[in-house]
Amino acid sequence: MKRIHYNDIVDKVREMCIEANYSLSKDVIASYERALEMEKSPLGQEVLGQIMENARIADKEGMPLCQDTGLSVFFIEVGQDVSIAGGLLDDAINEGVRQGYNTGYLRKSVVQEPVFERRNTSDNTPAIIHTELVSGDRLKIMLDIAGGGCENMAALKMLRPADGLEGVKQFVVETVRNAGANPCPPVVVGVGIGGDFEKVAMLAKRALLRPVGQPHSKLEVAALEEDLLKKVNQLGIGPVGLGGIVTALAVHVEMHPCHIASLPVAVNLGCHSSRHKSITI
Amino acid sequence: MQELKIRKITTPLTDDVISDLRAGDKIELTGVLYTARDAGHKRLVKMIKDGDKLPFDIKGQVLYFVGPTPAKPGMPIGSAGPTTSGRMDLYSPHLIKCGLKGMIGKGARAKEVIETMREYKCIYFAAIGGVAALLSKKIKKAEVIAFEDLGTEAIRRLEVENFPVVVINDIYGGDLYKEGVKQYSTRE
Repeated sequence: MKRIHYNDIVDKVREMCIEANYSLSKDVIASYERALEMEKSPLGQEVLGQIMENARIADKEGMPLCQDTGLSVFFIEVGQDVSIAGGLLDDAINEGVRQGYNTGYLRKSVVQEPVFERRNTSDNTPAIIHTELVSGDRLKIMLDIAGGGCENMAALKMLRPADGLEGVKQFVVETVRNAGANPCPPVVVGVGIGGDFEKVAMLAKRALLRPVGQPHSKLEVAALEEDLLKKVNQLGIGPVGLGGIVTALAVHVEMHPCHIASLPVAVNLGCHSSRHKSITI
Repeated sequence: MQELKIRKITTPLTDDVISDLRAGDKIELTGVLYTARDAGHKRLVKMIKDGDKLPFDIKGQVLYFVGPTPAKPGMPIGSAGPTTSGRMDLYSPHLIKCGLKGMIGKGARAKEVIETMREYKCIYFAAIGGVAALLSKKIKKAEVIAFEDLGTEAIRRLEVENFPVVVINDIYGGDLYKEGVKQYSTRE
């Protein structure tokens, strides 16, 4: 049994929140470079240049890449041989978020309830936390910074099995088309296929955490990702929606078994500032 | 789409300047902008409906749809890029009818907003979404002037220099989002 202390989790989460909001990972920067090579629109090229310049400024000066420093979404894998001492895991995550958003000068973008007064909680908590029990003695914490602009353009549909692969493709492409300029393209398209109503949404979100442009390990899924990327980039939306070739940096698909009667599909869009971070304790 | 030449314009905006702008024009704005997003708009429009005086004279002004990050010590403001304008669509026509002349955000506007813009001469600009650290460099001064309790959603008076925007909707029916997509779409 490995003991991990509450305070260690708080410290790590605080740092993750700040780092994810200030600095993009190498995979994201590399995807910008590929996009710049592909883009044909002069305005689109200029926008991509500004996106890269913004990343340099944010990293160098220690500033948030975007004013929307998001809802903090955590996927946590807890090894069965881990014991957490000194407090609850969820409390540690939320305390880390609280400290990170305060000390990192990050925007607090969470309201206490959705429809009555919508009062801001003033510390960006509560985070969204998905916990999974796995084998081993490690604690893996994955963070996705989910901005409102792209999150609002997400969509889910329960297709009929008869709609098949074509139906899935159509839904993905239409979701990106409907989103237009709103989610700050070029986007990362997270697609979930299968499972059930709530599982498919989780798959789509989880797909956004994969390094940008890393293909799925299964060849047929990777081929589907490539085909979807091609179709999405034919839409002409382009960088920040001003027209161009690069509407998406990547399409990531995650799949799961499903009911004989169902074909659930979910699409979660991530903005060009794909802010994700992962650590293992 | 027009050539990528940059025009410098100062705020507040006049009808003459607005009449001269076309979708696709690249602009650098200098002068005062006021910030507002969802919660601020809700209160402004309630004030209009209740017949109350707005916290600033809106005539000729430009609203920037933004909720900035907190300013670090010694800085006028934190990161400050545009938010999605569509969420303001229900409110914007009320403000345009009171004399608002420009809006800065990102993403397409509703038909009713565009029609009101044409009728009352108002321009919709986009700032580049997600380049908030870069845009913050163009903001020289920021001061909360109303609804301080709303935190990031409070109304701020910004002084900007050469703040880069592009005209999305002009008053002649031009729409850069539609034109851009049309030009680069290769779908059958």
